[in-house]
Amino acid sequence: MKNDNNWEPKIVTFLCNWCSYAGADLAGVSRLQYPPNIRVIRVPCSGRVNPFYIIKVLQNGIDGVLVSGCHPGDCHYISGNLVARRKFALLKSFLEYIGIEPGRVQFSWVSAAEGGRFVDIIEKVTSEIKKLGPSKKLSKWQKEAEYIKEILK
Amino acid sequence: MHKRVLVVGGGIAGIQAALDLAEMKIEVYLIEKGPSIGGRMTQLDKTFPTNDCAMCILSPKLVEAGSHPYIKIITNAELESITGQAPNFEATIIKKPRYINEEKCTGCGICVTKCPVKIADEYNKGLSKTKCIHIPFPQAVPAIPIIDKEYCAYLKRGKCRKCEESCEMKAIDFSQKEEVIKVNAGSVILALGSEEFDATLKDEYGYKTFPNVMTSIEFERILSASGPTQGHILRPSDGKEPKSIAFIQCVGSRDMQLGNEYCSAICCMQAVKDVILIQEHLPGVETSVFYMDMRAYGKDFDKFVDRAKDYYKARFVHSRISSIEVNMDTEDLIVCYATDDGTIKKEKFGLVVLSVGLLSTGGIKETAGKLNIELNECGFSKSSTFMPISTSRAGIFTAGTFSGPKDIPETVMEASGSAACASSLLTEFPVKEIKEELPAEINIEGQPPRIGVFVCRCGINIAATVDVPRVVEYSSTLKGVVHSQEFMFSCSQDSQKVITKMIKEKNLNRVVVAACTPRTHEPLFQKTLQASGLNPYLFEFANIREQCSWVHQEAKDSATKKACDLLRMAISKVKLFSPLSKSTITINKKALVIGGGIAGMTASLDLAAQGFGVYLVEKEEELGGNFRHVRYALDGGKTEDFLNSLIDKIRSNKNIDLYTNTEIKEINGYVGNFKTRLAAGGKKPSESTVEHGVIIVATGAEEYEPTEYLYGKDDRVVTQRQLEEWLWEKESKGKGTGPLPDADPRTLKNMVMIQCVGSRDEERPYCSRVCCSKAIKNAIKLKELNPRLNIYVLYRDIRSYGVRELYYKKAREMGIIFIRYEEEAKPEAKNSKGRLNIKVKDLILDRDLLIDIDLLVLSSGIIADKKNKSLSQMLKVPLNDDGFFLEAHVKLRPVDFATDGIFVCGLAHYPKDVSEAITQAKAAAARAMTILTKDSFQTEGKVSEIRKERCSGCGLCVEICPYKAIDLDEVEKVAVINEALCKGCGACVSSCRANAIDLKGFKDEQILAALEVV
Repeated sequence: MKNDNNWEPKIVTFLCNWCSYAGADLAGVSRLQYPPNIRVIRVPCSGRVNPFYIIKVLQNGIDGVLVSGCHPGDCHYISGNLVARRKFALLKSFLEYIGIEPGRVQFSWVSAAEGGRFVDIIEKVTSEIKKLGPSKKLSKWQKEAEYIKEILK
Repeated sequence: MHKRVLVVGGGIAGIQAALDLAEMKIEVYLIEKGPSIGGRMTQLDKTFPTNDCAMCILSPKLVEAGSHPYIKIITNAELESITGQAPNFEATIIKKPRYINEEKCTGCGICVTKCPVKIADEYNKGLSKTKCIHIPFPQAVPAIPIIDKEYCAYLKRGKCRKCEESCEMKAIDFSQKEEVIKVNAGSVILALGSEEFDATLKDEYGYKTFPNVMTSIEFERILSASGPTQGHILRPSDGKEPKSIAFIQCVGSRDMQLGNEYCSAICCMQAVKDVILIQEHLPGVETSVFYMDMRAYGKDFDKFVDRAKDYYKARFVHSRISSIEVNMDTEDLIVCYATDDGTIKKEKFGLVVLSVGLLSTGGIKETAGKLNIELNECGFSKSSTFMPISTSRAGIFTAGTFSGPKDIPETVMEASGSAACASSLLTEFPVKEIKEELPAEINIEGQPPRIGVFVCRCGINIAATVDVPRVVEYSSTLKGVVHSQEFMFSCSQDSQKVITKMIKEKNLNRVVVAACTPRTHEPLFQKTLQASGLNPYLFEFANIREQCSWVHQEAKDSATKKACDLLRMAISKVKLFSPLSKSTITINKKALVIGGGIAGMTASLDLAAQGFGVYLVEKEEELGGNFRHVRYALDGGKTEDFLNSLIDKIRSNKNIDLYTNTEIKEINGYVGNFKTRLAAGGKKPSESTVEHGVIIVATGAEEYEPTEYLYGKDDRVVTQRQLEEWLWEKESKGKGTGPLPDADPRTLKNMVMIQCVGSRDEERPYCSRVCCSKAIKNAIKLKELNPRLNIYVLYRDIRSYGVRELYYKKAREMGIIFIRYEEEAKPEAKNSKGRLNIKVKDLILDRDLLIDIDLLVLSSGIIADKKNKSLSQMLKVPLNDDGFFLEAHVKLRPVDFATDGIFVCGLAHYPKDVSEAITQAKAAAARAMTILTKDSFQTEGKVSEIRKERCSGCGLCVEICPYKAIDLDEVEKVAVINEALCKGCGACVSSCRANAIDLKGFKDEQILAALEVV
């Protein structure tokens, strides 16, 4: 499956309402084009993103996750993005520990004026996850599918 | 007539004034000459000294002003005349044709894509093209296009009408004519702004002749991601990245040849910001700033300059540039300049940016003329030290650069201050009550979800990429959906009626709209729900335009699939939504003002004048604070008379309860309901408790007591404050006290003033802002008394920003000698055998000077009050590194704290002069009145809630909450959310170890429901 050129990853993107979501809107207003693989979840602040969501997303068979908030110092809620940063620093080592490839879960800062940067990041994240192939580690459905395939052989 | 104010000019000054007034329930007519509000700030890329993105912080204000029920915006309109007197003015306004019916237009922008005529884009300073029919910039308010009649093929030659053909809403109207509008208003605020200096007038710099010379505002557009080069720094001549960039300061400012003698106040910091941003865009490019004085006089400005120098390796060259030459082959520019020691140097740069000044030009002066507003010698509105916001015409006030060059925070302070002034004239008029009658809310408890789905075509904006009928059909197959349909424009009035009808007909209890972005349109649909009897929080948005159709134009199938996914996620989420209510909090209409200096007294009087009770607390016996020691104003105004009149007004005002010799012991509560314990000292110490709705912090600051330059060791060494007191005593009483009782100003022969004593050093890396002007003021005073006295002012940069520059010029003309020194080579004071000597290195002569003097005056800086720390802890508001109070946002909320209901003004915020303190005090009063004028306010609906049974009382959320909205109940050992303070960021929710907190509207289960079906 990894070598299948037609395979397209599905990526869940958590965007904070005030910076990154606005940056994504600006990319649209500017008609910048990027791959259609991301599905956006709007949250008030990157600090709202519970690490559990990310695990859950991977369990649901989604291939990658991007969390994007305001640049440090720009947070609409003063310091929410810093709370997020601390949390994800820990999550990162946890993901590494349980064997999730680095690059499958990514974090970035995008301001409301950075439509171009948003596109660059989406392109980069999409191509990196595409290279990694489908997420198998946590996905219950993937495992079941493979199990069924195995039985049917 | 009811309370109404006319605000002229829709830049950030006009917008802020309008918003403050509107929040006081005063109707505002906001007149803007361009097609959108926003002014110059919309064109800036970032703002100093925090490098905040200008548009990001401005656009919420644009939206707020555009949708506020008390604000009526009239764009493309100019003020013709104002007749009558305060508070009964009548204004005549001429609205020019836009050729678009503003009521019908939905702002879809399809006409723009069809227009065949390309014109220079003014928003990008002509560096790119736009269409003849165009929306000025993506975030414009109103988001309605305008036709430039000078270039329109139909209006000019009678052929085309392509825009008209493309418009589904039939909103194009070529028959529009000029319209005359009459408005009655009780008071007027002029926020006419200023214009940039026309750099072609300095032909020695080759602007418009050499392609690689551009102005600072053009460079802002180049830096901007939404600019002509998408933020890539490219040379106009060859489209290549420059290797070196030079900034030339004071172009059109401080220039006697041109007659623009004032300083434009913002250009130094703008250049510093740019050299920092350049490194983010093009790392490694060499940047040089050619300047006369580095005027980093604002809060945290000097640290910003230091960062540019030390971290971003920008070079600052102290020199005025005489001319720029060009290399014809490479289009590189050769900058000729003289170094401090007089050597002439030539240096090559790839790009040159001219830091153009601000000025009042023809159109602005003409309007002022029509309104009989007197202008000063610089062409700005004339004002005085003690009435900085007033114009020469009673009842008409100013805000922003119309009264002189200034940066954004000062503009915003003035705007709020002008709102205080303008509202004070309206006390006799009734409030216009705008209340929407809403139907009773439908109780949906126990009902299974009945979801209505509306998918927008947005003309062709969505429909050309996403197969809208397929999306509609798909949505109808999803569980819980009982109605699906498409709209041509879901935001149009007709569509709202259809949504209302469907809610009633099909008993919908949830609504999902798939259209544009919730950031601009969610409130519209929430209102429709409310008007239909549904709780507004039973709504979810799927963004299939900005984040789907517009960004996947080449991948139509995938875009349609993505639209289906987004819609499915929204539907899955909305099923779990429940009605949210906002709680109502009543407001105690009294204010606590801490500090009885100029700022505190001014704020108290402004509040009292509008009928609000004030508790004014002063720690000393006497009112007046630091201003008691200011004896002369820069413009010659009598400070003593002004101070005494203020004190009299305070003491005789029935609305003000004065507590002198009193300190704050404890502050509890939150906006609308504070409780403060006061302790009176003196002979009969006592304690009392006061209750109030807002707090204004005006605690002032202290003078730095020098330890250097023989201060305290030699009586002939005094501070500027001591000099001023002594001069005043000599002048008014004939004799002096203090360190110089016997000296006589008329017999002094030589004296030196040393600037930056205790400022701009390692310990206090900030500028005390007022000392330059103070030294100039006192030097002029002395020179007038004793023309034969030699006065030497030893300075690092003379920071006589704005029109204060004229006094600097006057001082030099009087023969006062200014000698620059560098931080590394500070002057030395010596007492050699009874004679006082100053040794300083003259950078021009490149040798040491030894000056034998009678008097040494130290311009000692301003330091933060030591008690700020304890007060800040009681208020739960932050201080900056230098100990001054830190406002909510340095640009757009300069007198607010992040904590609602608490405001700051005067020296407690940062060093400033009298007129600035007065302006800021009025601003704080206006901001406080936006709360006090209301009887109650509603909290946010989407706030955090604690599940008590899960809470372990660990206190992590208390620590994390940026708004101090969570407290620990010591008895029950659980966290308690104060809904009045919670802003709904959710940081506490995702940090809770026990999963005991959730955020209404963004609950875990709701987000997970969306994630489940991605």
